[in-house]
This record gives sequence, C-alpha cells and structure tokens, in this order.
Amino acid sequence: MLQVSNLNVYYGESHILRDLDLGVPMGQMVCLIGRNGVGKTTLLKTIMGLIKPRTGTINFANQPITDLSPDKRAKLGIGYVPQGREIIPRLTVKENLLLGLEARRSRTNSQEIPEEIFALFPVLQSMLSRMGGDLSGGQQQQLAIARALMGRPQLLVLDEPTEGIQPSIILEIEAAVRRIIESTGISVLLVEQHLHFVRQADWYYAMQKGGIVASGATSELSQDVIQRFLAV
Amino acid sequence: MITGLFEALFNGISIGAVLLIAALGLAIVFGLMGVINLAHGELMMLGAYTTFVVQNGFKILGGPLFEFYILFALVFAFLVTAAVGFILERGVIRYLYGRPLETLLATWGVSLILQQFVRSVNWVLVIGIALFCLLFFGAMWILSRRPDFQRIRNWVVAVMLPLSLGIAGATGAFLGQSFQLAVTQPWFGAQNLDVTAPSWLRGGLPIGSFQLPYARLFIIGLTIVCVVGIYVFLQLTPWGLRIRAVTQNRSMSACLGIPTEKVDALTFALGSGLAGVAGCAISLLGSVGPNTGQNYIVDTFMVVVVGGVGKLVGTIVAAMAIGTANYLIGSGTLALLLTPVKPLADIFTFFATTSMAKVLVFALIIAFLQVRPGGIFPQKGRTVDA
Repeated sequence: MLQVSNLNVYYGESHILRDLDLGVPMGQMVCLIGRNGVGKTTLLKTIMGLIKPRTGTINFANQPITDLSPDKRAKLGIGYVPQGREIIPRLTVKENLLLGLEARRSRTNSQEIPEEIFALFPVLQSMLSRMGGDLSGGQQQQLAIARALMGRPQLLVLDEPTEGIQPSIILEIEAAVRRIIESTGISVLLVEQHLHFVRQADWYYAMQKGGIVASGATSELSQDVIQRFLAV
Repeated sequence: MITGLFEALFNGISIGAVLLIAALGLAIVFGLMGVINLAHGELMMLGAYTTFVVQNGFKILGGPLFEFYILFALVFAFLVTAAVGFILERGVIRYLYGRPLETLLATWGVSLILQQFVRSVNWVLVIGIALFCLLFFGAMWILSRRPDFQRIRNWVVAVMLPLSLGIAGATGAFLGQSFQLAVTQPWFGAQNLDVTAPSWLRGGLPIGSFQLPYARLFIIGLTIVCVVGIYVFLQLTPWGLRIRAVTQNRSMSACLGIPTEKVDALTFALGSGLAGVAGCAISLLGSVGPNTGQNYIVDTFMVVVVGGVGKLVGTIVAAMAIGTANYLIGSGTLALLLTPVKPLADIFTFFATTSMAKVLVFALIIAFLQVRPGGIFPQKGRTVDA
C-alpha cells in the first residue's frame, strides 16, 4: 500500500530522517514507536507532503507520490489525523466533517453526514452545530478521525491519537479504530506511545535518531523493546 | 428637528455605505487572507475606468439601453478587476504569503504601475503586451509538453523572454510609425473623467424640505446586495466553506484534499472583483482619475482595522460608525446640538468642515485603537496566532 524507501529529510541543515525505509501492507495496521524527538511526526508530515524530502521516494498504491502536493495525496486516499488534531476552530463540527468530503475522488453533492460516522462516534451527533474550537480534546480527536474517514481513505495516518486524552476516551478511540479496520479493510499507520493501543497493531517499527532500528510483529513485541522505545 | 436628524442619519449611512463597499473587498483580501494589498485602491480605480468604457460603448449603441448601462458596468467592473486580481495573485502575491513587508512594497509598486498604465495606455501598448503574452506564454505552454521541460526551463526562459520582448517592442514601434496618432494617443490620459449617471439615478427623492439623491440610494442598495451576497457565498456554498477553512489553517486544509492554491486565487479574485464594484459605485459620485484609488486606500484599511481584522461584521459596523461620525462632525450638526454647552460647541464648530472632520475622526480612531488594539470585534482564541 505505502512504501517509503531511502528517505532523507532535513530541517535547514539538521538531518532529521536518515535513510529511512518503511512499508504499510494492504489492510494492516502498522505502529511506529519511539521516544520524543526521534522524527516520527516528521516522517508522517513527509508522507503527507507537508515537508519535502531531500532524497528518497514515497510510493502509494504502486504510484510515486514524492512530488505531489498534500491535497493531491489526500485525493489519492491518504487520510491524515495530525498531532494536535488541527480542527478548524471557527467552523462548526458539521462543517469540519463536510471538509472531509473534499478528499473523495467522486464528487458528492450530498451535505449529509453518513450514519456510520455517528455509529463510530456517537458524541459528535449532538454537537454538529457547535464550533470545532469549543470542543474538548477528546471530542476534537474523535472529530479529527471522523473527518479523515469522511474522505473514504485507503490509508489512515494517525499521529498520537491518544495524547493528552482521558483514559475512558482512549478506549473509545481504540475501539473505533479497530472497528474501522474490521469494517472497511483499510490500512493504518499509527504513531503511538500508549502500550495498550500499540498491541492492537499487526506490525511495529521502532525509531531512534531518525532511522528505523527495530521492526517485527507486535505479537513478538518484547519487554526489552518496550523499555527501550516507549516512553512509559 | 426630526428632518434634521433624519438627514444626518441618511448622510451618515450614505458615507458609511461608500466606505463599506470600498472596504468589503479588502475585508476579504486583508481580513481573511492577511494580504496587505496597497493596490486595492487602484483596483477600484480600474473598476471606475471600466464603468467609463462601458458607458461609452452604450452611448454608441444609443437608445433606451443606455439607461441600464450601469448594471452591465457593475458586472464588467467585477469581471475585469477580478481578472486583474487573479493575475496579481498568480504573478506576484502567491510568492509572498507570510511576508507582509515584501507584500507591502510589491503591491505598492503594482499600484504605481496601474496608475501609470491608465494614464499612458494606448493601442500600441495594448497590442504590444498582448503580443508578448501570446508569444512568451504560448511558447512556454507548447514547450512544457516536452518530457525534459524541467531541465531546459531556464534556457527556454532566457531565450524566449528577450525574443518575445523584442518582437512585441518592434511591432509596437512599427505600428506607432505607420499609423501615428491613431494608435499612439492615450485612451484616457492623465485628466479626470466624468461618468454620466443614467437619468433615473439623477435627481432625488424629496422628503419634506430635503432630498434623498437617487445615486446615494443606489449605492446603499448596492452595498446591501454585496454584503448579503458575500455572506451567503462564504457561509452557504462549498467554495465559501473552502475559503474559510484555508484562511484559518492552510496546511491542514491541504491535507484534507482542498486545492489551496485554487482557493487562494479565487479568494483574491473575489476581493479584487468587489473593489471593481466599489469603483463602479464611486464613479457615480464624482469624476474619476488615475489617483482616485489613493483617496480611498487609507479609508478602507482604516475601516477594516477599526472593525477588527478578519470580521465581516466589524467592517460593517466600523464603516457605518466612521461614516456617521464623519458627517455629524463635518456638517456641524454636533456643534448645533451642543450649543447650550459653549466650550464644546466651539470645539466642534472648529472641526465642522469636511477635512477637519477627518482629522478629528482619525484622532478618535487612534485613541480607540489604544484602548482596543484588536478593533471593535477582535479575533478570539487560537486563530489569532495562526
């Protein structure tokens, strides 16, 4: 589905990602772990096209996307839920959700929110006319995931969806992500610190100093790896 | 007394409506997009000149159709200035997003170019520019189909630019030689032009001893239509939603699949088009010249800043408040009302001329912005930093 090879990314002169390779297979959930500041968010931003890599290629659905702008990548089927959620604050929840439709390839004129969104996140139904910026962190996170799903992506990119959110909502978000994968069969690339959530993934990559230093099936995720790469 | 109050109110609203229609485009370009466009006044001036051209065209057609030329002129003024705005955004401003100082200087330069352009535009100039665009951009377009275009791009520019310039310049010189004045005479020249209002906009609606000029009523109506139109467009259409999303968070909007470059160009074209409509409206109030835009640019920025940058409601309230204050002070109405209080009355009598009223209004605005730097309706929350 997604294949990143030999990626090198710089901020000015500082080398952030070094010769990085990573793959997300079709229909699988891949988790990226690593301590703060190793370049996880930078990698996701590069995949979305917000940062230009100096060298390396990114392929999505057997098509090179390295030179495409973020909006073209979104239209190809990458749904992005960024760190800090980035809900548009002065738009209502409904308008934020409708923005998600922009990523669909076939133009839809319907201004209705599909039922499955509310089935996943019932809390949003009662808040449609509230301003996005007035929601709590957990609600914004659910809105951000729902917004990405509105575009019917083939790959969902989640950047720390449980950061700074109360435990009961974390469980809800986890359950929702699991249900999304089961019902739609899309791939997920997840950056996460929360161990319980990491264990939901099929495969993990561990990052250190801008490179992948370990990877494997999450079922074999050893205590040692957890100690080294998860900030718990 | 009642008619006096009514008259003051009407005139205040009428000045406010002119300010508002002039500032409306800037409320979008500066308020929503954050682009300091000093050429906004010149876009208004272009709108006024478009009105003049349309008027002359309809004069040639003659007949009863002439009475309605102003409606066509509004549409044409919108389209022409929107096109100029579109070229300005694609050609200059999109390279300067997030760099206010460079934008300021660049758009000021553009405003000077536009002023000189209307002074000296003639057939030679127009044909030359058209020929250059055809040759240069045509060549770029044809060559851009070559697979190795990215590699040879700089070479192509280096060869085609002087070549197209040379051909265009030579053609212009040849035309000037062979047809003399017929093609080298400026279309408008440096002097002011007068737009004749259609007969139904002349005169006024008599109310007691006092008359409501139809031209003023027309501008008030036009302003209301524009404000409602903008509101509906921004709030209820998909493109309006995209504009609001992009202006609040450009990078996230891009990640959602919104074509941000198209949205930027459209927003800027819309704001510029509104400047054209405003230009059409002010051509009804008096003669227009190359410097017309300069008279309005300060006022429009003032209205947007006092209202609160980024708030359409603020722009409306500020325009009305400034318009009314201007009239009340300038006409001496305030001095008249305050005759019982001798010293105050004296002060306001001193300021009771149009230009002195402006001085006082500016002083009041400076004082107001000391207390509320964000304007009447400041932006709240996290959007302020973005």
